[in-house]
Amino acid sequence: MISQFFVLSQRGDNIVFRDYRGEVQKGTAEIFFRKVKFWKEDGHEEAPPVFNLDGVNYFHVKVAGLLFVATTRVNVSPSLVLELLQRIARVIKDYLGILNEESLRKNFVLVYELLDEVIDFGYVQTTSTEVLKSYVFNEPIVVDAARLQPLNPAAIFMQGSKRMPGTAVTKSVVATEPGGRSREEIFVDIIEKISVTFSSSGYILTSEIDGTIQMKSYLSGNPEIRLALNEDLNIGRSGGRSLYDYRSSTGSGAVILDDCNFHESVRLDNFEVDRTLNLVPPDGEFPVMNYRMTQEFKPPFRINTLIEEAGTLKAEVILKISAEFPSSITANTILVQMPLPKYTTRATFELESGVIGQTADFKEVNKRLEWGIKKIVGGSELTLRAKLTFSQESHGNITKESGPVSMTFTIPMYNVSRLQVKYLQIAKKFSAYNPYRWVRYVTQANSYVARI
Amino acid sequence: MVPPTLSQRSPSPSQPSGKGEVGDLKSQLRQLAGSRAPGVDDSKRELFKKVISFMTIGIDVSSVFGEMVMCSATSDIVLKKMCYLYVGNYAKVNPDLALLTINFLQRDCKDEDPMIRGLALRSLCSLRVANLVEYLVGPLGSGLKDSNSYVRMVAVIGVLKLYHISASTCVDADFPLTLKHLMLNDSDTQVVANSLCALQEIWGSEAANSEEASREKEALISKPVIYYFLNRIKEFSEWAQCLVLDLVVKYFPSDSNEIFDIMNLLEDRLQHANGAVVLATIKVFLQLTLSMTDVHQQVYERIKAPLLTLVSSGSPEQSYAVLSHLHLLVMRAPYIFSSDYKHFYCQYNEPSYVKKLKLEMLTAVANESNTYEIVTELCEYAANVDIAIARESIRAVGKIALQQYDVNAIVDRLLQFLEMEKDYVTAEALVLVKDLLRKYPQWSHDCIAVVGNISSKNVQEPKAKAALIWMLGEYSRDMSDAPYILESLIENWDEENSAEVRLHLLTAVMKCFFKRPPETQKALGAALSAGLADFHQDVHDRALFYYRLLQHNVTIAERVVNPPKQAVSVFADTQSSEIKDRIFDEFNSLSVVYEKPSYMFTDREHRGPFEFSDELGNLSIGAESANDVPAHRVEANDKDLLLGTSEKEESVGASINGSAYTAPLYDTSSLSITTSQAQPGHSPHASLAIDDLLGLGLTAAPTSAITPSPPSLKLNSRAVLDPATFQQKWRQLPLSTTQEYSLTPQGTVALTAPQALIRHMQAQSIQCIASGGQPPNLKFFFFSQKAEEASTYLVECKINTSSAKAQINIKADDQRTTEEFSALFRSALSNFGIP
Repeated sequence: MISQFFVLSQRGDNIVFRDYRGEVQKGTAEIFFRKVKFWKEDGHEEAPPVFNLDGVNYFHVKVAGLLFVATTRVNVSPSLVLELLQRIARVIKDYLGILNEESLRKNFVLVYELLDEVIDFGYVQTTSTEVLKSYVFNEPIVVDAARLQPLNPAAIFMQGSKRMPGTAVTKSVVATEPGGRSREEIFVDIIEKISVTFSSSGYILTSEIDGTIQMKSYLSGNPEIRLALNEDLNIGRSGGRSLYDYRSSTGSGAVILDDCNFHESVRLDNFEVDRTLNLVPPDGEFPVMNYRMTQEFKPPFRINTLIEEAGTLKAEVILKISAEFPSSITANTILVQMPLPKYTTRATFELESGVIGQTADFKEVNKRLEWGIKKIVGGSELTLRAKLTFSQESHGNITKESGPVSMTFTIPMYNVSRLQVKYLQIAKKFSAYNPYRWVRYVTQANSYVARI
Repeated sequence: MVPPTLSQRSPSPSQPSGKGEVGDLKSQLRQLAGSRAPGVDDSKRELFKKVISFMTIGIDVSSVFGEMVMCSATSDIVLKKMCYLYVGNYAKVNPDLALLTINFLQRDCKDEDPMIRGLALRSLCSLRVANLVEYLVGPLGSGLKDSNSYVRMVAVIGVLKLYHISASTCVDADFPLTLKHLMLNDSDTQVVANSLCALQEIWGSEAANSEEASREKEALISKPVIYYFLNRIKEFSEWAQCLVLDLVVKYFPSDSNEIFDIMNLLEDRLQHANGAVVLATIKVFLQLTLSMTDVHQQVYERIKAPLLTLVSSGSPEQSYAVLSHLHLLVMRAPYIFSSDYKHFYCQYNEPSYVKKLKLEMLTAVANESNTYEIVTELCEYAANVDIAIARESIRAVGKIALQQYDVNAIVDRLLQFLEMEKDYVTAEALVLVKDLLRKYPQWSHDCIAVVGNISSKNVQEPKAKAALIWMLGEYSRDMSDAPYILESLIENWDEENSAEVRLHLLTAVMKCFFKRPPETQKALGAALSAGLADFHQDVHDRALFYYRLLQHNVTIAERVVNPPKQAVSVFADTQSSEIKDRIFDEFNSLSVVYEKPSYMFTDREHRGPFEFSDELGNLSIGAESANDVPAHRVEANDKDLLLGTSEKEESVGASINGSAYTAPLYDTSSLSITTSQAQPGHSPHASLAIDDLLGLGLTAAPTSAITPSPPSLKLNSRAVLDPATFQQKWRQLPLSTTQEYSLTPQGTVALTAPQALIRHMQAQSIQCIASGGQPPNLKFFFFSQKAEEASTYLVECKINTSSAKAQINIKADDQRTTEEFSALFRSALSNFGIP
């Protein structure tokens, strides 16, 4: 049970504010924002998503640069409230197509309408985009998608000629196409976030894949859908074995998930038999299945770091990135970061010639090296040389004082787990019914770290 | 761009805080109010939007209330909704104007469109104006019977809103009973779920004053109701499922078959993508199996994977909430998670609140087989750019060292930290080495060699400096230049800002003096004189104390300041096990995230679904004095409840003179002595006088006639039970018997001080664990144990002093002897107040 709900902009402005029970004083939005902004004097530590201030519990999640906040005096389930906040954000996104400050400001009346139906007197009524459709009457005012920053959620699927219809995923569930009828289509995205830690000798210390099969349906009439996964998919590990001894299975053999969970609408009647999921997808975006995997996989990138001292106040860092995936695949928006010793005063870079879209920078404030690469084609290798100048002698401690090297990237149409959607069947309403089906894969770095 | 200062801001035209804009709106609205021109709704919409956007950013637009209401005569539902929103926001501060809206809201409640009916009813109930409640009853009554489920759904919550405005109106209209009917019969699950919410709140707060409500509240967790919900659980929305699961937690199945049935039924809820559903299910599993050790452990194994999956899917905020719960479980049963330690490794991009939890978990799960790898990992974090986390990591290594037997490798790592030459690393490592030496003095040789190399100039943090100084004093025999380092520190006495460091310096130089007098004498003299001149009271006092000690006798001084020490085997835990148990009982609540039981951060009416612990938490402990300042009462009571077990033992022992009672003899003399000692105002004479004044004819009732013959059951006069166990038992045991009987007039009079009853019952080997309430309604929780076996009786005793009635609920380990015990309890109670 919550008492208030509000959305704040990055600057702390109230965009919407709803008081459901009148139990908490009015100035909470301001109190909250000040507390979050100045959580620790040094500003380094982030405020936790839940905290208590003078008897009021504040919950918040950050979505699209906005703060979604709930307050209550009651000792509620934190999971429930945080889950709810996330869900409210998703419902709003379903309606507005794009969730950002501008779209929210333009559509705040619609958002109030939604909020009134989602929560009554602090109790959740429904968060189903589908159910809400019958209660909500405002038409969304669409925000121009073209004006979005390049890193919007749709952009991760854009790659050369295989450009996805970028506007589709930013389309409101209630908006209609200019032609009057909305287009029948369904999107299934297999998004895998990978975490790998390499030891200083290049050995994999830990690796994990956190995957989601995300669905967004624009199908009318709620047809039933059948989603078939790999037949050799296994769930759960046999007991006794350590989590990381599956090296032998790399390259071939079964896909073994440690665990997974499913959306409410999913029926698992045939799952044990043929690994198919049956569901009637509700409107809007939702995760069909979340899964987690620690089975060893081939990491898409290898990182080599070499540090050579060159005199007492100088050193050279050589970073090498090798893309170990097929040449038909291209990774994009790669960023390599490496903390340098605190006494580093200057760094000059030598980039390989012939590679476009590379940048290298030394961030003076936090003594960090940043190497950005627009694209890397599978099978290729890139090197960066950096010459460092120090303000004091390093005593041979450079390696201890720098690193680890971390990396973020996105690889469209590639997934490391080899989990696949074999087919996507839509129950036919009539013979000519053939909606668009988009099945897309993407791999992203979550925590990709090489120690030196 | 320079941010505008406040003074510039208010008159700026873009910030519509001026009255002008609101005034414009007012006149524009007035123009539109009567208009029937085409497209007028669109212009209204624009204006309404403006009003609401002002409202959102906190500008007071209550002055357009009248105009808004005039404009609300429309069939445009979007307009209506905006108007409802506005009215709901300002009705409370404008009760007179709110009356204006009643008319059109009531009319809309009878609209043909169920959507409009529902919306109007919701707004009507949201006005929160006390003198308008009479207008709510009618529409609510028809709303509850509406054929449309949306209207019923709104009406049910409406009843709850009404209850919060005027509880008596709600109860008098018999709405709770209607809700109960809906809860058990409605076809729409959201109507059912809302009814459950509303009834939990209503009966929860009514239960204090009404027996019936209390029974109804109990009935919510009766078998038929619980099964009704369990069998339908999958029809409910995920949020309502959480609600049902919270209810099921409070239910106590009669046998293990029932437990397994429930668990099998709920098993697939663990695969739900919504973390709140999974955690609520886990709570049910954990609570159901508390008394079945093997199964309980299996539950831990079963929930591991789903929890880990939730931690790694979803937003960082969601995973934090789940991780906090995983953290609690890991701390409770580290051995179950010891092979999963890699899941608790920190990722470089995680927020520090997540990293801190993970570090604690890594510390907890470290054992012989994984320590090496965990410590290696932690050492990587020590070089982390995030200094706070680097510090925590070093502390974690230290904690692991303190909880392990084989520490060789760890000691080496710690000593390596000292050589890293990062000031914060050195600081943390010094503190750890000190603690380590207190536990493992055998390592002193290796450590001292390294510590000796650290220049005290490089150590600035008070804690680290104090640790270094402590080691210098303690091991001055092995560190050749200890006296000289201390001496140089003393020379800089005035620059030393931390009193803690100066205190340590005094003690260290004393210790050093006893070991190496000639070299230290000068330094000691300087330290003592500096200490005596110190402005800090503690430092001054310690210096004076040492000085006098030395003057008196140097040998004795050495025995006092530098006695031979025993190695510390276990360092005190920061949290008592009672507190930990209480947090565990409050699984799936904020208590877990804050790592505090709810009474520490929430006032009593907001503690959520833990009604029983609330009751105990609010009641005062028997031994507590009546003179407590009321403002501090709740907190003090809570502390007493958790920490007062040992004190209570003492007081029990004191009043019983050390001799165990074999039968409940009524030793009235000792009773009156204790009473008069503790409560001078209520000595027998004083109460006699009062009784006489009231004309109750005290002496008229012969004692023997009232007292039934003492039953044969023998109770342990020194029974001890800690509050946590009491709570747990109270929830687990079924109700054995409920009785109601009258108090003697004397007893009622003596009850002006609840303490008197508590002492009286104590003398009968019936111990009070908590008491509370305000006259005329008092409530006590008692317990007793059988003299010859560990079989406990728990009693809830509610006394109404104005009706002189006592209601007794008894729960017992051994059901067969309940009758005897209840007779005994009755006779003890009936004897109360009779000297």
